[in-house]
Amino acid sequence: MSGYVFPNDLEVHWRLFIVLYPYITGIVAGAFIVSSLYHVFGKSELKPLARLSLLTSLAFLFCASFPLLSHLGQPLRALNIMMTPHLTSAMAGFGFIYTFFLILCLLETWFLFREDIVKFADSSKGSVKLFYSILTLGAKDVSPEALDKDHRIVKVLATIGIPAAFFLTGYVGFIFGSIKANVWNSTPLMPIIFILSATVSGVALLIVLYRVVNWIRRVKIDMPCLMSLNSYLWIFLLTATILEVLEVLQMGYEGRAEWPMIYGLITQHISLSYLVIQMGIGVLVPLILLPLGRSKRFSMRIKQTLTTLSGALVLIGVLAMRFNVVIGGQLISKSMAGYISYDWTLFRHEGIIPDMVLLLLPLLILAVLVRVLPPWFGELKGPKKQADDVSPLK
Amino acid sequence: MKLKFTRREFVISAAKVMAVGLLAPTGALAVTKLASAADSSAQNSILQQWAGKEWNFVVDTAKCIGCASCVKACKKENNLPLDQEVYRTWVERYLVDTNEEVRIDSPRGGLDFQQKVLQVNKQFFVPKLCNQCKHAPCIQVCPVGATYRTGDGVVLVDRERCVGCSYCIQACPYSARFLHPVLKVADKCNWCYPRISKGLLPACVQVCPTGARKFGNIKDPASEIVALKKKSRLRVVKQDMGTGPTVFYIDLDEVVK
Repeated sequence: MSGYVFPNDLEVHWRLFIVLYPYITGIVAGAFIVSSLYHVFGKSELKPLARLSLLTSLAFLFCASFPLLSHLGQPLRALNIMMTPHLTSAMAGFGFIYTFFLILCLLETWFLFREDIVKFADSSKGSVKLFYSILTLGAKDVSPEALDKDHRIVKVLATIGIPAAFFLTGYVGFIFGSIKANVWNSTPLMPIIFILSATVSGVALLIVLYRVVNWIRRVKIDMPCLMSLNSYLWIFLLTATILEVLEVLQMGYEGRAEWPMIYGLITQHISLSYLVIQMGIGVLVPLILLPLGRSKRFSMRIKQTLTTLSGALVLIGVLAMRFNVVIGGQLISKSMAGYISYDWTLFRHEGIIPDMVLLLLPLLILAVLVRVLPPWFGELKGPKKQADDVSPLK
Repeated sequence: MKLKFTRREFVISAAKVMAVGLLAPTGALAVTKLASAADSSAQNSILQQWAGKEWNFVVDTAKCIGCASCVKACKKENNLPLDQEVYRTWVERYLVDTNEEVRIDSPRGGLDFQQKVLQVNKQFFVPKLCNQCKHAPCIQVCPVGATYRTGDGVVLVDRERCVGCSYCIQACPYSARFLHPVLKVADKCNWCYPRISKGLLPACVQVCPTGARKFGNIKDPASEIVALKKKSRLRVVKQDMGTGPTVFYIDLDEVVK
């Protein structure tokens, strides 16, 4: 704590769990966008990830409300937000937008995997067969016409999903950006920055996931797919960063009454997480490494490593960005005369360890989802093995 | 197996689903209406209580001596733990030194002021409390409507309804709100609403030895506060926030945050 802090400002109320909330919803939206790039815009080079990206979005979506619920002072009353919503509140819409997106994602996943589910139900026995039979919901028609209908429905759902994903994450940005009492967060640019950084985090996560998954499955990486992700990541990262930097530059140039406090915040109080981690490690380094990762001078292996490393760094950078928005904004006391210090805890509620667990949870869910609904497109097929003939649960 | 589902069958079953979907909330509304009819007499008595009343608060900063009796009385009246850093009201001390540098403090909300030996140009105290804003951001942002403004101009928190999300705490530009350390719901000054509803003064006004805190009904022409508002030059804190505070300050220095 430094300077004069209002007596009620001594505690930072929105802590590490709330940092995860925009991080997770951002990944949900970003991963969904990647899947839509294939399903809607026909970016065929992304085909190897078209289904994995949707499952990733779904896995993170399952967990998007956990940090919020466990943060509430009265978690048992959480459903009141949907049962008796107060419509002037920016927060009141989350339950509805979240539920809408969850239904949309579940529907798209079902239509996308229906053919496989029917095949698994037919080829397996006992409880596994029962499980997949229930998943088919009785729709076992896999005639070419029925599958064609499935594809068209997937395309429609993926199309609706793009504005829905943008709205989901832009809306989260609005929740933070519309707090007029918070001089660091209060900007109309916040929803746009959130949409862009969400896309960035989704693409970055898929790059890393693709590499890890293929390493585990001992399958070769599809270079056009990875290089395409590399380009998307670079352009979205660049746009998001330019907006963020311009915003701060404008604040500084205008030099309103609150500027000295904001300057002090970014140069002293969140300098490590903002200047070093978010802007340096999370932006500058990947902006240089990503084009190198596309360069023809390097071998495929180096290209893969550079791209994956950039993806990982961007993921760290976006997490730091969420921290700087959520926690950073609260470090300026509303007295505008002092800073609050954030007390890091390791094990306690909203400490670093519970935070990490909450961050790993969607990945565990994804691991289960991938086992139930393998998203791979017949890479295992070929002379040796016919993958589709075997139930994945066996 | 191919599912056969004619358009006619689909429309009929969809209509059934919709009918059930619509009946359930309509039924719930009817039940609520019945319940609210039972409450109507209670509602009428509340409306009567609000009639002809609009509370305002005036602080005469020049009169405050920083004794913090108000802070103590407030904590006692509202059962807030004395040892925890949560305050429904607090007192700030401003010291403007000879270099025009402003030093502000409010140790434990003003309960622990120490004598400072400084070359100062001026020194004064400013009591702070919830401004019971007319356009309160806390009311706007509450996702469940747990905070609301009464007909006589006081912003209250419904402790049974609050989910403890802290959005209102973020939204208040005055940091008048905090999470109640025991109840885990939002809490703030309510001008001692139970007291003023009985015709008593808020605890802080009652105990102030110098009369720096004034409270009254601006719809009552005989009230002291009406005269005070007429004759004084008043300001509110952070006017640019557009919140419409109803706590007014006499002689408020521009350095006050």
